[in-house]
Amino acid sequence: MLMISPKMASGAQDKQYTPSLLSFFIYNPTFGPREGEEEKKILFYHPSEIEKNEKIRNVGLCEAIVQFTRTFCPTKPAKSLHTQKNRQFFFEPEENFWIVMVVRNPMIEKPNKDGKPPTIEYQEEELLDTVYGAVVRQCYSMYKLFNGTFGRVMESGGVELLIQKLEKFFYRYLQTLHLQSCDLLDVFGGISFFPLDKMTYLKIQSFVNRVEESLSLIKYTAFLYNDQLIWSGLEQDDMKILYKYLTTSLFPRHSEPELAGRDSPLRPEVTGNLLHYGRFLTGPANLKDPEAKFRFPKIFVSAEDGYEELHLIVYKAMSAAACFMISANVELTREFCEQLDGLVGPQLTLLASDICEQFTINRRISGPEKEPQFKFIYFNHMNLAEKSTIHMRKTASVCLTSVHPDLMKILGDINCDFARVDEDEEIIVKAMTDYWVVGKKSDQRELYVILNQKNANLIEVNEEVKRLCATQFNNIFFLD
Amino acid sequence: MAEEHYLELSENPVQFEHASSVNNVFFDEANKQVFAVRSGGATGVVVKGPDDKSSVAFRMDDKGEVKCIKFSIGNKILAVQRTSKSVVFPDKRSLKLLKSQSINVNWYQYCPETAVILLSTTVQGNVLQPFAFRNGTMTRMTKFEIELPVVPKPAKLTLSERDIAMATIYGQLYVMYLKHHSRTVNSPGAEVVLYHLPREGACKKSHVLKLNTTGKFALNIVDNLIVVHHQSSQTSLIFDTRLKEPDCAVNTHQPVLPARSIHPYRIPLSGPAAVPSQPPVPCQLFNGSWIVLLPPTVHLLQDKGKLMDFLLRRRDCKMVILSVCSQSEKGSLPVVATVFDKLNQVYKEYLEAEQSYTAMESGPSRGGGAQKRPVRTQAVIDQSDMYTHVLSAFTERKDVSHKFIIAVLMEYIRSLNQNQITVQHYLYELVIKTLVQNNLFYMLHQFLQYHVLSDSKPLACLLLSLESTYPPAHQLSLDMLKRLSTANDEIVEVLLSKQQVLGALRFIRSVGGHDNVSARKFLDAARQTGDQMLFYTVFRSFQQRNQRLRGNPSFNPGEHCEEHVAHFKQLFGEQALMKPTTV
Repeated sequence: MLMISPKMASGAQDKQYTPSLLSFFIYNPTFGPREGEEEKKILFYHPSEIEKNEKIRNVGLCEAIVQFTRTFCPTKPAKSLHTQKNRQFFFEPEENFWIVMVVRNPMIEKPNKDGKPPTIEYQEEELLDTVYGAVVRQCYSMYKLFNGTFGRVMESGGVELLIQKLEKFFYRYLQTLHLQSCDLLDVFGGISFFPLDKMTYLKIQSFVNRVEESLSLIKYTAFLYNDQLIWSGLEQDDMKILYKYLTTSLFPRHSEPELAGRDSPLRPEVTGNLLHYGRFLTGPANLKDPEAKFRFPKIFVSAEDGYEELHLIVYKAMSAAACFMISANVELTREFCEQLDGLVGPQLTLLASDICEQFTINRRISGPEKEPQFKFIYFNHMNLAEKSTIHMRKTASVCLTSVHPDLMKILGDINCDFARVDEDEEIIVKAMTDYWVVGKKSDQRELYVILNQKNANLIEVNEEVKRLCATQFNNIFFLD
Repeated sequence: MAEEHYLELSENPVQFEHASSVNNVFFDEANKQVFAVRSGGATGVVVKGPDDKSSVAFRMDDKGEVKCIKFSIGNKILAVQRTSKSVVFPDKRSLKLLKSQSINVNWYQYCPETAVILLSTTVQGNVLQPFAFRNGTMTRMTKFEIELPVVPKPAKLTLSERDIAMATIYGQLYVMYLKHHSRTVNSPGAEVVLYHLPREGACKKSHVLKLNTTGKFALNIVDNLIVVHHQSSQTSLIFDTRLKEPDCAVNTHQPVLPARSIHPYRIPLSGPAAVPSQPPVPCQLFNGSWIVLLPPTVHLLQDKGKLMDFLLRRRDCKMVILSVCSQSEKGSLPVVATVFDKLNQVYKEYLEAEQSYTAMESGPSRGGGAQKRPVRTQAVIDQSDMYTHVLSAFTERKDVSHKFIIAVLMEYIRSLNQNQITVQHYLYELVIKTLVQNNLFYMLHQFLQYHVLSDSKPLACLLLSLESTYPPAHQLSLDMLKRLSTANDEIVEVLLSKQQVLGALRFIRSVGGHDNVSARKFLDAARQTGDQMLFYTVFRSFQQRNQRLRGNPSFNPGEHCEEHVAHFKQLFGEQALMKPTTV
């Protein structure tokens, strides 16, 4: 057991600046090994308006740091560089391809009297390597989901094509990075599963199997409800990143038209088909439109022999969403989309209301949701299941947490400690603000609890957490 | 094409001497016996039934032409009718009149199974008066009228005995009326009209069978199916009164299957006497000896749901149903689901009847407990039948994609769950085996996550065995053991085998089993890790337990820990041992 009392930031009149993205670049040192050709190494650089020589200098510096640290440990090159003003993260996703992200440290601007310029205090130790390292890896995974590996693009169209693809993808993607709200959940990159009774789950299974049988083009299916996963025909690693895309990008962009007002432009045209609420979130917005395009985003998932390219059809009825994945070699037609709409729409609508009904019944049986005194994050490395009562619903723009960032940082610190050893561990921290923070690791599971009981002692806190485990996690093996 | 026939005659014909000037032949429907009476009985009477046991041969005096001859049940009394107004009982000569009814009767029919006699009354003959015999009493039942297609003028006997038959179908007595096609009424063909004759209450017209043709017909009941033979086309039609016809008016039935002729049959020549190639006795008399061949129906009835409804009500249906199930083809998942649901519905009804019977048996007997043990018919197809005859072989099929195999297995499990039937472990095992063979571990993981494969110790052990190929199986298994709450020993074993000695110790303490566990087992495991501090901790922990339980920290000889005590002393010295505290 470890006791830490971290110092808390204070000063109400001070101006706080959250961490922000300074630059993001991708290079390959083998592309311009000779002097004078350094620019060729750079495949992508954000912000693009930076002067050429500065870009070359920054890339050169990273290259040098990585080379230098390699001499100490050839198998584990440097992952990050801490400086007073910023922090750099290095990641080599494919051989010789490097992604570097530079994040400015959070800072506090303290006003000075007598008209002097304010003093800026950089908070060098606030950023967590694990969190932002995970963000860089996620950037690559997301790129790879829609474009395949760097190597694959190089093979098909050389450096020019790769540069083009990187530009196209990261230009938009980097705008959606919200570095100030990254936390432990980014480290986990977990999946929230929808709790469901066995019978309803089997019905969903049956639905998926039937659709895959009637529309034999469909190779894989994933099923979500309320932005939570219920079924994945994809392998776990692919699902992990697809889930991230769906829940943080695609779904928030298509808020429920059912919830939208009558005259809202979000509400789709009711084109005579009142039998179901099904609609395409990718591909054609309106099937009846004679101009409709039947083009879907393509994604890359792992296959036995490398990667396979698939059309991603996301179809939603009320809160139920089904993702159908079809080999990209097939051209999708209007007929196919109409067939899918006719088959899936009514069934999915029915299932969605079934699930909703079951969920309400189960909730009623288990009694009214008791607002627990504690907030927790649970993560299971085995199935990537995550559960958080700390985070509000994620939206495209922000990820809201209901606790102070300092507490989130303590959680991140505990997680780093857990990562260091294989053994089961338990860490209890009393934070400056009188909160208790408890981290438990049992086999592949991690649980973080924040308790707001300032007068409680260590034993009471321990008992409280035991009680939480007994009520919330009684159906899994979780060592006390 | 042998497969085109769905009806055939029994393999064992009843052979007898054909009717001639010296030989009279009679058939008794009640006992299903054929009487061949030679020379009025003087040169012999041979009685044969469908089974050899009921064959009898005897002689009697020739006292004139025999008009009718029958045995009582069990061949105890023989009744012979020689004149229209007298019946002779050769073995017992006294008879007592119990009850008499005076009615003008055109003709009568008697149904031996239900002991109901039907009398044709009135001039047209279409008012039928049934009487039921039971325990020596005769009960007059409600009379009823058969609707005639044409009412003749002047009135004359119109309803013929030949057009009326009685039969028990699905346990209920029906009067079947063959309503011939009438030129005056615009109807496409003849019909069979079924009147339901309940034990109490009024007789009601309940079903109409459309024959869609005209001519001469004969009726049979085989396995609760109504078989209508059409003479001129030499084909037979099958009707099932329980098959609902969605596109017809209620209780109007079309034939289940297209008309087919009876399976050709040759009577083997045997005996010195020349046996005619065709028996002279009309076939319809041999009620019990018809066989409906179910396998051909499978090809003839395309709608698998309807086919299941049909098959589930037949007597020898099990193997046919199972063979239908094993022919599941790709593209038929909704059909497979329907078939499973129909099977499991019957299976569930049986289980429930069985359960309530067992509850009655064990509970306090009420009013003599008249409830009968439910009969398990062939239509009850349980999980073991499905496993043995269908699913197990199905998972081995190479010509079917694993996707479809898994879909079918899941569909069966879904159907069982929907009917609240507890799924047997071997089905889960089959699912797991199929998933593992196809490397679909993530799928398996998801099924377990949603408890589709219910918890059990064998399943948990199976998962443990998968750990080397799929490491997360370890966690899944431990979770399952935990949920079972009766597997604490197993959990300790698993943890110890993983050298998680402290974890095991903490676990057993949290479930309150610390006082009863074997210290030696833990010390063995602790010593094996080679971690001296761990050994020290575990050793001291058990010394403390001993102190608490027995007031002495030392181990009992029964615990066989001497070796570990010596090891402890060697590592940490004698003085590190906990000393007994004296009070």
